[in-house]
Amino acid sequence: MKYLSEYRDPKLAKKVLKEIKKTVTKPWKIMEICGGQTHSLVKNGILNVLPDKITMLHGPGCPVCVTPLNLIDKAIFLSEMNNVILCSFGDMLRVPGSKKSLLEAKAGGADVRILYSPLEAIKLAEKNPDKEVVFFAVGFETTAPTNALSVMHAEKLGIKNYSILTSHVLVPPAITALMEDPESKIDGFLAAGHVCSIMGYWEYFPLVSKYKIPIVITGFEPLDILQGILMVIKQLEKGRAEVENQYTRMVKEKGNTSAQDIIRKVFDTGDQIWRGIGNIENSGFKLNDDYSYFDADKKFSIAIEKVIENQECIAGDIMKGLKKPLDCVHFGKACTPQNPLGAPMVSSEGACAAYYNFSTMFNKIN
Amino acid sequence: MEKSIFKLQCPLPKFDFDIITLAHGSGGLLTNKLLENGVFNLLKNDELDKHHDGALLNFAGDTVAFSTDSFVISPVFFPGGDIGELAINGTVNDVAMCGGIPQYLSLSFILEEGLPIKDFWDILVSIKYAADRAGVKIVTGDTKVVDKGKGDKIFVNTTGIGKLHSRANIDIKNIKKGDKIIVSDNIATHGIAILSVREGLEFETTIESDTRSLNHITTALLDKFGEDIHLFRDPTRGGVASTLNEIATDRDLGIVLQDEKIPVDEQVEAACEILGLDPLYSANEGVFMAIVSKDIADEMVAYLRKFKEASHASIIGEFIDDHNGKVLITNPLGGKRVVHMPIGEQLPRIC
Repeated sequence: MKYLSEYRDPKLAKKVLKEIKKTVTKPWKIMEICGGQTHSLVKNGILNVLPDKITMLHGPGCPVCVTPLNLIDKAIFLSEMNNVILCSFGDMLRVPGSKKSLLEAKAGGADVRILYSPLEAIKLAEKNPDKEVVFFAVGFETTAPTNALSVMHAEKLGIKNYSILTSHVLVPPAITALMEDPESKIDGFLAAGHVCSIMGYWEYFPLVSKYKIPIVITGFEPLDILQGILMVIKQLEKGRAEVENQYTRMVKEKGNTSAQDIIRKVFDTGDQIWRGIGNIENSGFKLNDDYSYFDADKKFSIAIEKVIENQECIAGDIMKGLKKPLDCVHFGKACTPQNPLGAPMVSSEGACAAYYNFSTMFNKIN
Repeated sequence: MEKSIFKLQCPLPKFDFDIITLAHGSGGLLTNKLLENGVFNLLKNDELDKHHDGALLNFAGDTVAFSTDSFVISPVFFPGGDIGELAINGTVNDVAMCGGIPQYLSLSFILEEGLPIKDFWDILVSIKYAADRAGVKIVTGDTKVVDKGKGDKIFVNTTGIGKLHSRANIDIKNIKKGDKIIVSDNIATHGIAILSVREGLEFETTIESDTRSLNHITTALLDKFGEDIHLFRDPTRGGVASTLNEIATDRDLGIVLQDEKIPVDEQVEAACEILGLDPLYSANEGVFMAIVSKDIADEMVAYLRKFKEASHASIIGEFIDDHNGKVLITNPLGGKRVVHMPIGEQLPRIC
């Protein structure tokens, strides 16, 4: 079976687009939570073809973007310790810490490895018993099960030289925080399909009834996103506020319950700082007491200076949907992917980088 | 003495960076900065200023294409090839891209202490076969060994030379509005094949590198289409996106690509999707781009498709006199986006 081209079929997409145009009568602001969706919106030029009445707001769903600066500094500190192999997903490497990025630490001699799965880090730890292997465990609910599993494996195999530096963020508390913000102008959400494939969408029912706002679980291909937008618009135009699932091929209401069991076994929820936004109550996963031995933050004495974020960056306002990347005076001038002032310009899924890289609006091309 | 005076006269140019990082070798923006502000600026001359894959040199009426390349790939053995084969094909192709008919190669090794002799032999054997297939002779070379830990098993450098094809008129200046851009085969295959065996990223696949020499095809194209071919380029590091951005900037024209016309193998596309990579930025070793007069583009594609190595040849876009210096891509939905020069190597994403 093919699984990409069907969801990029231009004929079908045009049909959905036509229906969107037919359905929308009032101006609506829809936020896509996930950076992958932002990327797809801009990369596929969907923003250019949507009717003017629909404004897409780009949410905080880029894990690289919301990882606190001091945690990046911690990862860099660890990577520069003599006996440490610091493993990370690829897109964390270019994110600037307060002084440098992991990529620059690597160029300076730090042992930094790019992995696709934390389970590979376990293999590295086994192969290098005289070294400490630290995995920089960043992500939303999507990566939490494999990160948790790596810790369980390490425990089962008696691997003592493995630990994780975690910065796990959760979607539902972020939606709550966005809706509680008095400045919020969001009319509806596209929820992140992959997060829901793990967690299901039962967590969203209380949110729609409390905030009277439609939430549609949406995939990442052009057709998915257009369908998701159509479903939100239909609800808004009729005055409905429900949880609906566009991404039925991946997402069930209960989600992947075995993955959730693994998460619960290893992590507790706790407060979490989101870069650019601040602290959000109960919005992160932390290793629980049973597994605290694998917490790199506790295992090593990490000495980093306290730093203050660059105040010029409007990342927070962008991720709350209050401003667009192009509203920033530094966008494309003082702030570029080569010299980012803030994280949304770094990760390929950050809203600013997506605009910088792909947007015809910024590049002044009609 | 002279040397120190020379140093005084050449202050360090202003770079945005203090040290070399891997991104400087990725073929993207940082490579360009390093070359533009450093190498090209200091060493400039008419031949170097062309910024092509190789140089065209004139010897009393005879024009010769000349190119060099170093190979530092890890792992040295990868699905579909090894560093030896790559080192021959890479330089042969660079000479071919200049419109040359590659004839002679030099071959130099930097070996790391501890390299198994069997590995060295296997690499040497594939060098022989690749040279035979390309029809080139290896006529000189050098071997150095460095301490364990000071290299990565084996580094190879090759330099190639060959006479210019009599009908070749390859020059970026010849590109004009309306010219078509042809890619000879599926893109991104090599880059993804290498990535699939990198430590920590291994995934199950049957994707193999497409490394191969392309000189027989480029010669056949020059025989048949001659001056209508305005440029050949092989989009190795940095992929199709980097190469086209370079050309658009150097020629000061705009480029429009059509997403649905870009040939990518289904497995490669799926792997890119999983890893969050864009095939346009992925490295190629057995693919070239031809920029040709619009009148012959369809005929050339039909002709190319008769070659096994170019069976997916396709016109992927054209040059226009708008948004000069930039590359744009459209999709059938009517959406469009800019294809930027990459900054460094693409990094696999989180989820």
